[in-house]
Amino acid sequence: MSDEKREAWQIGKSHRKVDAMERMRGVTRYTDDIKLPGMLHGKIKRSPHPHARIVSIDVSKAMAMDGVFAVVTGADMPTPYGIIPWTPDETALCVEKALYVGDGVAAVAAIDEDTAIDALGAIEIEYEVLQPLFDPEESLAQSRDNPINPYARTGNLSKKVLLEFGDVEAALAKADLVVEGEYFFEGTTHAAIEPHCAVAHVEPNGLLTVWSATQVSHYLHRELAKVLEMPANRIRVIQPPLGGAFGGKSEPFDLEFCVAKLAQITGRPVKILYTREEVFYSHRGRHPMKMKYRTGFTADGKITGVDANTVLDGGAYSSFGLVTTYYSGQLLCAPYEFGAYRFLSRRAYTNKPACGPKRGHGSVQPRFSLEVQLDKAAVQLGLDPIELRRRNDMGAGAKTVNEFQIGSNGFLECLAKVEAASDWKTRRGSLPYGRGLGVAGSTYISGTNYPIYPNDMPQAAVQVCLDRSGRARVFSGANDIGQGSNTMLAVIVSEELGIPLDDIRVLSADTDLCPVDLGAYSSRITLMVGNACLQAAGKLRKKVCEAVAKRWEVSPKRVVLAQGMAIDGDDPERNVPSAQAFVWAEEDHGLLGEVGSYNTPKDRHGDYRGGTIGASPAYSFTAHVAEVDVDEETGVVDVKTIWVAHDCGRALSRRIVEGQMEGSAYMGFAEAIMEQHIVDPGHNGVHPGPSLLDYRIPTFVDTPELHSLIVEAHEAQGPYGAKEAGEGPLHPSIPAIANAIYDAVGVRMDTLPFSPPKVLAALEARRAAEAAGELAPHKGAARRTA
Amino acid sequence: MVNGEVVQLAVQPHRTLLEMLRYQLDLIGSKQGCDKGDCGACTVQIDGVPRLSCITLALHAEGREITTVEGLGAAHGGCHPLQDAFDRWDAAQCGFCTPGILMSAEALLRKVGGEVTRTQVREALAGNLCRCTGYTKIIDAVVDASRPQAAETDDTSATEEAAQ
Ligand code: FES
Ligand code: FES
Repeated sequence: MSDEKREAWQIGKSHRKVDAMERMRGVTRYTDDIKLPGMLHGKIKRSPHPHARIVSIDVSKAMAMDGVFAVVTGADMPTPYGIIPWTPDETALCVEKALYVGDGVAAVAAIDEDTAIDALGAIEIEYEVLQPLFDPEESLAQSRDNPINPYARTGNLSKKVLLEFGDVEAALAKADLVVEGEYFFEGTTHAAIEPHCAVAHVEPNGLLTVWSATQVSHYLHRELAKVLEMPANRIRVIQPPLGGAFGGKSEPFDLEFCVAKLAQITGRPVKILYTREEVFYSHRGRHPMKMKYRTGFTADGKITGVDANTVLDGGAYSSFGLVTTYYSGQLLCAPYEFGAYRFLSRRAYTNKPACGPKRGHGSVQPRFSLEVQLDKAAVQLGLDPIELRRRNDMGAGAKTVNEFQIGSNGFLECLAKVEAASDWKTRRGSLPYGRGLGVAGSTYISGTNYPIYPNDMPQAAVQVCLDRSGRARVFSGANDIGQGSNTMLAVIVSEELGIPLDDIRVLSADTDLCPVDLGAYSSRITLMVGNACLQAAGKLRKKVCEAVAKRWEVSPKRVVLAQGMAIDGDDPERNVPSAQAFVWAEEDHGLLGEVGSYNTPKDRHGDYRGGTIGASPAYSFTAHVAEVDVDEETGVVDVKTIWVAHDCGRALSRRIVEGQMEGSAYMGFAEAIMEQHIVDPGHNGVHPGPSLLDYRIPTFVDTPELHSLIVEAHEAQGPYGAKEAGEGPLHPSIPAIANAIYDAVGVRMDTLPFSPPKVLAALEARRAAEAAGELAPHKGAARRTA
Repeated sequence: MVNGEVVQLAVQPHRTLLEMLRYQLDLIGSKQGCDKGDCGACTVQIDGVPRLSCITLALHAEGREITTVEGLGAAHGGCHPLQDAFDRWDAAQCGFCTPGILMSAEALLRKVGGEVTRTQVREALAGNLCRCTGYTKIIDAVVDASRPQAAETDDTSATEEAAQ
């Protein structure tokens, strides 16, 4: 740990990222920019049926084509795998059945893309078409008669979790107000601008290298070994710079297995790049959830109990679904004290692209429900919604109703910041009909206490080496997916060793060169990898300071490493360049290299089955205020501004943190207003618009002004006090917008997205109720004139 | 002409400009996000005007001047003020949209010829999708780069301070 009295010279500043300029100059090599001698191009043949048994596959015609080097089918890689080791229910390519339109059935490697596409057309597949199931509840009802996934253990029920903490019925019975609501969160997808891509190459001695646009190289490494039935030490996985992920690249996909197998068969490098359409079908995005909530309140707005009943539409495979099902209930228990809590969550298989983790995994949907419930209560109790949230704040050091240990907690400050920045107190009451302000809060994890596969090894490890020219090399298995984790590591090494960022080279996400890291998911990297890096760099700092102190004949405490120098803290005139300090240290210690590792505390979760899932070393807190303008003629909701206050513990690099907050708020806004990832049962389960035009994502013009307000509640578990910033700030966007719409025009939007037809229908209903005298005109009827 | 150099090349008539740039000239800076004109990642300039190279035939470029992100800094010692501003503002997260956005933004700055407004930036870049940033820092960076002497007025990064 750094000395208390030493002033930070890097932490908390803004930095140019270590790898941004080369991206800007167009010289960064993303996966699709890799070109190897003799490289073949692969393509995957996909099922046109949402549910079908594969009767036969004839690849002979394709194989006979000029320029075709190999064809593989499910039979070539039949071992089932799954990102969650308890639910191995998918295979690299379909073996027995195809479970959704777009499921991969065969793959070819050919001299070029055009030939590969032609070869797909020559593969003959006979299917026995089965009855598809698109509705999760219908699917659960037909578990016995029409089971979807051949590897599933309990019919079409992919996972069920029922947990109760305290006596919920009693808590609701004694409440002064019980708000009941039904919500539907439409699924959405990640839509990273870089499509998935993988390249494989096999050495003559059998060593396999796979380059992949993945955010979890370690898990990919493990699954490749399993499915290809070869030892992990014969496989190297490299993640090149990544063009966005958001959870959409956090498990293996068919293309990675296929390039590997095809490269093994042909002896030549093979590349597969998904088309944009394939990206949409591969999906693994946010689960549609149907949620029923009952929330009890005292007359002064305190939550007495929460009862949640959720059905998750999982799609064809488990993906992370076991975890998602837990998260849909487990991550809801902060920042508010719940008295009592019960949730029942059931995940169903359906014949659709599989759902998985998207930024804010599992908790964005229930957070929407809860925060709208709170808003409804505030209206009914005549309380200011920010004040109602304050009254329920659990504070720092609290234990949640489901027994998670909270550390630092800046939620009240988040509320205060958005309240002040939006001028809430003066403006909220005076905005005209059509304009509204809404608030919402949330919490999120900084990594999970337990890894995906049980083991007692560190969750993160980093190696740092110094050389006599005054440079440092950082080896880290962590995946920089654009969120800036490589820069975060450089900032820590710079802070500890006093050298500028330019003199630090970060080598990451290469399983041959770097220590194992579990990857970029659950917002774990800053806290976990940051701690590991701080430990390694701290050990080196000690060695360097001691070496300098010895030469100067002073106490090592006096030696400060900063500004590219070693400086005598009591006599700053005395200093030497970093390179000289490193030379002295190398003279004393030999080659300068240290490792650091981090493991999570194991005493911060519940002592019940499932009590570890959702438990984190530290929790971030967020509050948003959204301002909307609702056009009552068209139903268009124009989100003007979102103020985002986020407690990240400590912002290690300010602009990067702001960027995460803005990107998160944007993504939540997008889901609130326009996005829906659906397939059409009326058209046999086909995606109605698998393109970036039809699947509408916000442009520069659509996106509101986003104001990021950093809150820093120092967290004892985090490096320099830091917690996560990459996912938490997504959550409140959606309910804050829903609540702002209510403030603007008096209608509740309980179903996503808040598209014009839905808003118009709600306005119609409200007008009818007003005309019937059931409701008073919203905001005193002062309708604006067109 | 590609980035100021005369290029002579045989191309199949159905090849797109993006394919020609990436596969035949190894100019990998222009990105393919959708290959159908929806995302803007492949934006290049043809005779100074931003165009989607994934839906432009390579033959269409014959006799014209093509500028890609690799050529953007040529007249500025390798680093265009926009690139510098994007770097200072952390306006590129994953950076996959960035080459296309830079090419659209450069055309805007040239057209306006002075300080641009946030609204002008939003409108000029509406054809370029970014999924990471929420656009805010990109707008900040473009506005910043449009100011005279953007380089001097920057709030310099800690690293640069350290180097002095
Ligand atoms: S790749 Fe050209 S617009 Fe998307
Ligand atoms: S920075 Fe990733 S898409 Fe724009």
